[in-house]
Amino acid sequence: MAFLRLDEKKIKKAKTLAFEIAEQVTEHLENDTTVTVERAVCRLFGIDGVDEHGVPLPNVVVEHLHTSGVLSRGASYWLAQGALSTGLSPNKLAEAVAQGDIDLLSLETNDPFACQLWSKEHGKEALLKLRERRNEREILIERYGERPSPLLYAIVATGNIFEDIVQAKAAARQGADVIAVIRTTGQSLLDYVPYGATTEGFGGTTATQENFRLMREALDETGQEVGRYIRLCNYCSGLSMPEIAVMGAMERLDVMLNDALYGILFRDINMRRTLVDQRFSRMINGASGIIINTGEDNYLTTSDAFCEAHTVLASQMINEQFARFAGMREEQMGLGHAFEMDPAMENSFVYELAQAQMARQIFPNAPLKYMPPTKHITGNIFKAQVQDTLFNVATVLSDQRFLLLGMMTEAIHTPHMADRYQAIDNALYVRRAMRDLGGEIEFREGGLMEQRADRVLTDALTLLETIRRDGLFQSLEKGLFADIKRRPEGGKGLAGVIRKDERYDNPFTKLFMEEQAKIKGGMRG
Amino acid sequence: MKKDQTPVPDLTRIRPYGDTLDDGRIQLSFTLPVPSDDRAVEAAKEVLHLLGLKEPLIAWYEAIDHGFTHFICYGSLDKSVDYTALVVHEADVTRMTLPETDQFIREHFGRPIRVIGASTGTDAHTVGIDAIMNMKGYAGRFGLERYDMIETRNLGSQVENEDFIREAIHFNADVMLVSQTVTQKDVHIHNITELVELLEAESLRDRFLLLIGGPRVSHELAKELGCDAGFGPGKFADDVASFMVSELFKRMELRRG
Repeated sequence: MAFLRLDEKKIKKAKTLAFEIAEQVTEHLENDTTVTVERAVCRLFGIDGVDEHGVPLPNVVVEHLHTSGVLSRGASYWLAQGALSTGLSPNKLAEAVAQGDIDLLSLETNDPFACQLWSKEHGKEALLKLRERRNEREILIERYGERPSPLLYAIVATGNIFEDIVQAKAAARQGADVIAVIRTTGQSLLDYVPYGATTEGFGGTTATQENFRLMREALDETGQEVGRYIRLCNYCSGLSMPEIAVMGAMERLDVMLNDALYGILFRDINMRRTLVDQRFSRMINGASGIIINTGEDNYLTTSDAFCEAHTVLASQMINEQFARFAGMREEQMGLGHAFEMDPAMENSFVYELAQAQMARQIFPNAPLKYMPPTKHITGNIFKAQVQDTLFNVATVLSDQRFLLLGMMTEAIHTPHMADRYQAIDNALYVRRAMRDLGGEIEFREGGLMEQRADRVLTDALTLLETIRRDGLFQSLEKGLFADIKRRPEGGKGLAGVIRKDERYDNPFTKLFMEEQAKIKGGMRG
Repeated sequence: MKKDQTPVPDLTRIRPYGDTLDDGRIQLSFTLPVPSDDRAVEAAKEVLHLLGLKEPLIAWYEAIDHGFTHFICYGSLDKSVDYTALVVHEADVTRMTLPETDQFIREHFGRPIRVIGASTGTDAHTVGIDAIMNMKGYAGRFGLERYDMIETRNLGSQVENEDFIREAIHFNADVMLVSQTVTQKDVHIHNITELVELLEAESLRDRFLLLIGGPRVSHELAKELGCDAGFGPGKFADDVASFMVSELFKRMELRRG
């Protein structure tokens, strides 16, 4: 593999700073839970479906507890009380709550210890189901054989799940390894997850559990046809992040977009809310063997890719540490970066390659997600195809794990079937033609590329020192990432953050941390 | 003296240019939902025929999935366009540089111009509004924040029309700038229409200069929707700045009579 000499001391120091930054925040938020974390707990216990007004049952239950001011004990505690008192399953309880037949508060008649036992026991059942899906994935990958890097990652975004399936199957047959279903615009700000199969979306398709199931089934079918395991990706972000993690885990999604800071910066979601939500989401993703993708590439769509490269690296390091605090192993941390420099700049490709190679070496075990040019794609499809080819070359030379396919029609429309075909054909050609070129290259000692990598690393280190000194919250307030400023008490969703009672119960935190430790130990469970 | 033999287009009847004046050559590509075979090729030729293209050439075709074939084709257009008779809708303005615009504001207004911007409705994309407003701008053309005489407020994405109007009043804005990136199912048209209707309902429409921008926005569309100008692809912050200060000045002059 190609190699750059990097200052190991700087890397170590930067990672230590990132660890301290994440530690500070994690400790600070240890005593918080959120409405969507509790709804995720409901879903794990098997609550699904909607009431007569179309409100999802997890929302009905959590809203009921929240407005009664007792959510601080945790949804798990109240479901246990209800189940022990009535003998009903959590889903039946939720239906009864929706119909107004049951007030969970009136069923608090059981010993808290008995409730804990109930939670633990039923929590284990839920975990077993997720483990089953994880094992299924491993068996299928073993059957077909693991795919070589880079995995070709294609997007479908028709708004209609049934049309998406046509597009996704075509992309898989064309050679795509990962299919991501883009979400409808605005879903990140919904404090609930819509229900059922959907056919109307803008710029993407609604993430629902039924849509997940339909697409999973379709890709398994095509996977069998082409003899490859086709990975499925969706968006575990926004105000319902942990619930989407649960749905994805249940329907065997393989990759989830999940960033610690993205919602704060780009969706103006409250930072406490996002950071609490991302922690539980990552535990779920981690225990389910799902690879997360972080969203650092987005910084470069608003900020300059050359000047702000160090913010990407600093954020990757912070994301890495947050993932670690959630128990995740490095092999599931698909940290993000992007090829977004201005093509008008001299040596832009040299710098891009230096940075891609640097990221690869700083996170050697992480399946990095490399994003194609978008900001400087103009509508000139012919030029775009060349830009995307250069991006493909950088991806293959620096051995990235996920190659997000660049579309020549970027900035024109959501990809047509033929756009995807041309993009995949291009990437397959580069992957084939340059397969071993990376291993043949040695970069000049102290040359342009090593200098560039060192510059980015040094600047990232300085930035992390500042964040460490000021704290993450204050740093976000000052606009250190993507030039966007956010206040700790601002943004959406703060009303859904709840301080935990000291008797708060959520069996899954412990179960998922233990499960991840098992996965790390190489056990199939 | 030899006569100049350079072919000169007749501007009353222009045609696409391949490599010879008036050859009318057009390249196009499309997909048909049928398997890739001779019948598919005939179908593609028929598409060209329906488009009025002569001498159809299917340069390349391939199955891009079961039951889908993609074509790259060429054809010739034998009709022509009268270039001289066209009426063009463009935001009518001479572009000024950043210092020129600042100077213009100092001279004619004597106070900073206030601009509020947002990507409104469900649109989650800030690329457009950032390209126009952010300090750094886009493609080397500085954004509005860089102007000494322009005060800005960028509300970011997913701003509801009601909130946008409230903030505009609060900021005492001269100009409202709307970016619309997602245009699937004409969501941008519904969204802008709603904004204009809300402003009109509150009798606020004349209080602000209302400008929209985005990849699928044209000046003509903007006017149709009741906005003051539209900025599509290839327009930058300096185009927007020049237009808004000239237009605000024009209106001020009109009021003075």
